[in-house]
Amino acid sequence: MFNFSLSSVFAVGQRSLGQSFSHGVHPAHHKEQTQDLTIQRVPFVSRYVMPLGQHIGVPAEAVVKVGDVVQRGELIAKPNGFISTAIHSPVTGKITDIGMHRYVDGSFKAAIEITADPYATQQFIGQPIDHSKLTIEQFINEVQMSGIVGMGGAAFPSHVKYSIPDEQQITDLLVNGAECEPYLTNDHRLMVERPEAVLRGCEVLREHLGASRVAIGVEKNKPESISQLKKFLTPDSVIDIVPLEVKYPQGAEKMLIKSIYNKELPAGKLPRDIGIAVNNVGTIVALADYFDQGMPLIERIVTLAGTGVEEPANLIVPIGTPIRDVLDFAGGLKKQTREVIMGGPMMGSPVADLDAPILKGTSGILAFTEQETVRPAEYPCIRCARCLEACPYFLNPSRLALLGKARLYEEMQEKYHVMDCVECGACTYACPSNIPIVQLIRTAKDNLRKAKKVTLNAK
Amino acid sequence: MQNKEPKLLLQSAPMLRQQLTTPAAMKDVWIALLPASCAAIWFFGLSALLILLASIAGAILTEWVFTASEKRRFALSDTSAGLTGLLLGLTLPPGLPLWMAFLGGMVSIGLGKVIWGGLGTNIFNPALLGRAFLLGTFPIAMTTWGAAGGPGDFFQIHSSNLAFPFMQAEVDAMSAATPLGLMKFEQQSTVLWQLFMGNTAGSIGETSSLFLLLGGLYLLLRKSIDWRIPAAIFITAAVFSLIMFLIDGHRYPSPLFTLFAGGLFLGAFFMATDPVTSPLTPKGCWIFGIGIGFLVVLIRLYGGLPEGMLYAVLLMNAATPLIDRYTQPKIFGRKS
Repeated sequence: MFNFSLSSVFAVGQRSLGQSFSHGVHPAHHKEQTQDLTIQRVPFVSRYVMPLGQHIGVPAEAVVKVGDVVQRGELIAKPNGFISTAIHSPVTGKITDIGMHRYVDGSFKAAIEITADPYATQQFIGQPIDHSKLTIEQFINEVQMSGIVGMGGAAFPSHVKYSIPDEQQITDLLVNGAECEPYLTNDHRLMVERPEAVLRGCEVLREHLGASRVAIGVEKNKPESISQLKKFLTPDSVIDIVPLEVKYPQGAEKMLIKSIYNKELPAGKLPRDIGIAVNNVGTIVALADYFDQGMPLIERIVTLAGTGVEEPANLIVPIGTPIRDVLDFAGGLKKQTREVIMGGPMMGSPVADLDAPILKGTSGILAFTEQETVRPAEYPCIRCARCLEACPYFLNPSRLALLGKARLYEEMQEKYHVMDCVECGACTYACPSNIPIVQLIRTAKDNLRKAKKVTLNAK
Repeated sequence: MQNKEPKLLLQSAPMLRQQLTTPAAMKDVWIALLPASCAAIWFFGLSALLILLASIAGAILTEWVFTASEKRRFALSDTSAGLTGLLLGLTLPPGLPLWMAFLGGMVSIGLGKVIWGGLGTNIFNPALLGRAFLLGTFPIAMTTWGAAGGPGDFFQIHSSNLAFPFMQAEVDAMSAATPLGLMKFEQQSTVLWQLFMGNTAGSIGETSSLFLLLGGLYLLLRKSIDWRIPAAIFITAAVFSLIMFLIDGHRYPSPLFTLFAGGLFLGAFFMATDPVTSPLTPKGCWIFGIGIGFLVVLIRLYGGLPEGMLYAVLLMNAATPLIDRYTQPKIFGRKS
């Protein structure tokens, strides 16, 4: 209470930069394991798998056939509609299969398999693009053909975010360098090692969106990122580097907007409805690389961490590399490893097949041993309200879990707004009874979505 | 979804859990009750110890009997049944026949918890429900108070403690009036310092505000209980009784007396804060605590019994589902 009023009193101008959102949790961030490890490049391996549907939206459509020889960076699948994006070959080699391949969750998904040419130089094809001459339509088209998606984990095609309806005006570009997921340091290393690329990408995007200001939000546990970015800032820059409180989920879109602009994005609205465009710092660098070097999204930075990996690392990995090959490069998994996670420990997904490929949205591969993976027994809910204090959306997870167990999905939606949940998992982290709250919520949301589809079809 | 890596687990996110577990939260309450329990045994001797053990045994045995055999170990592993027994025992007078304490423990768990569906499902605080049952069934035994002794009398057991099952207790020669009783029926106040330390007649665990405060502060520091509930109770009870005191200082006790006498501390820190039977939301906790503070003073001043904490908490327990329904948090990005 006191804190809040104090910071609003001293806030300069219209914005009160660097407040925080309410609620949330404070898991140990475990970033010390990899935060000082310089990014290394993983050597090329022999086999790559590029799933056609590794982004949100319609899967891409293959434009190559088995036996075709492709260059590194060459288009191999084109967008299928507007909410879809292009896919490029991460390697020079030969298309050896177009069919069903294992995805990280163990299911089969349509994918293109490429066998690398061991004698190729692996120079990527592509030329720098002078973005300043592009109209906004051309810019959006270029971004779609670059295959760039949100690199924070959601993998939402970026060009969709940049197509702003005529009646709307973007005033602020918000760059997400919060990296609130424990263990992950890929965004941090990117900001430390390539601050110019971050700032350059901000400029390119700001110009095309017509935004007047840029804010880069970075959690305070990354002082090196903050100082590196500030070092390369020109005095007249419209870019602000905003240190943020270390709290999960600081990097969630709505939380970030609340923390930086002290604005509460209304439920069901997009950031652009209030004049803000939010992009991950990795996405921003991918944009800079595409326009400066002509490099489409064919590789990304992946953090390898956790108690189960032999040598934690930050790696540049060609997308499509099997997870096992990436792990082997870093000494492999420890024998005691019991679980491998793709993404962060709070929102990532368990890896069911180590031969599944690294995706555009893979920010990390984490491995854990027995000690971290054994969950305590589930006890009944004692209504301690820790989940209510954790939920940044001010939902009632205790009630939702109870209703979820009784499968009263309609009540969850109508009375308790379950669809507002972004599944950050803070409630489940906070629950002393170890109730799978967010899992119950996911099931409820799935069922509600399916029920909605059925009703729509019936009409 | 098919797991191709038989050695690997597939558990959905989040991977991480904070350290506290429900059994550990229960353990915190045991620790917090330790000073008050020790003080009880110090002031009331072996009698107090035996009563605590009897009510704990009654509670644990009932949980064991009424839980499906395959779940028994698990149901008892959270130690909540024993805790209910201890809380009940602390609200009993030192001269109570042990079989009544045992029966009270059985009713607490049986009617207070098991029939609702076990841990987390009951509406009323089980320990207080057990006490309400005993008070209704054995009014004389439940309102006959032995004077607080001291370490010297440790091995002197009240003869009434050892009454045979289903036998009424003989009236104890050592009976004394509690500070609240003195106040109510004789308008006689007790020295505050005595109330604070606990060297007065009363239920074995409620007399010492000091040791209850220690335990309560421990729970607050560990964030095991919601601070709003005791805060609301203390503030409301103090303000309400101050108003009454100012109206008629001879008939009504001072606010400090209200706070330190009877079961207010025990109730405010350990009974009302039971998460299962108190509201979920911060706003709800304020309403709940204000309700208890108001009711306890009202019952003490106008009721037939000198103490009101028991019914104040039980009545607000009954209001909890309604309070919860009307104090849902305002969802982020939505208008109330």
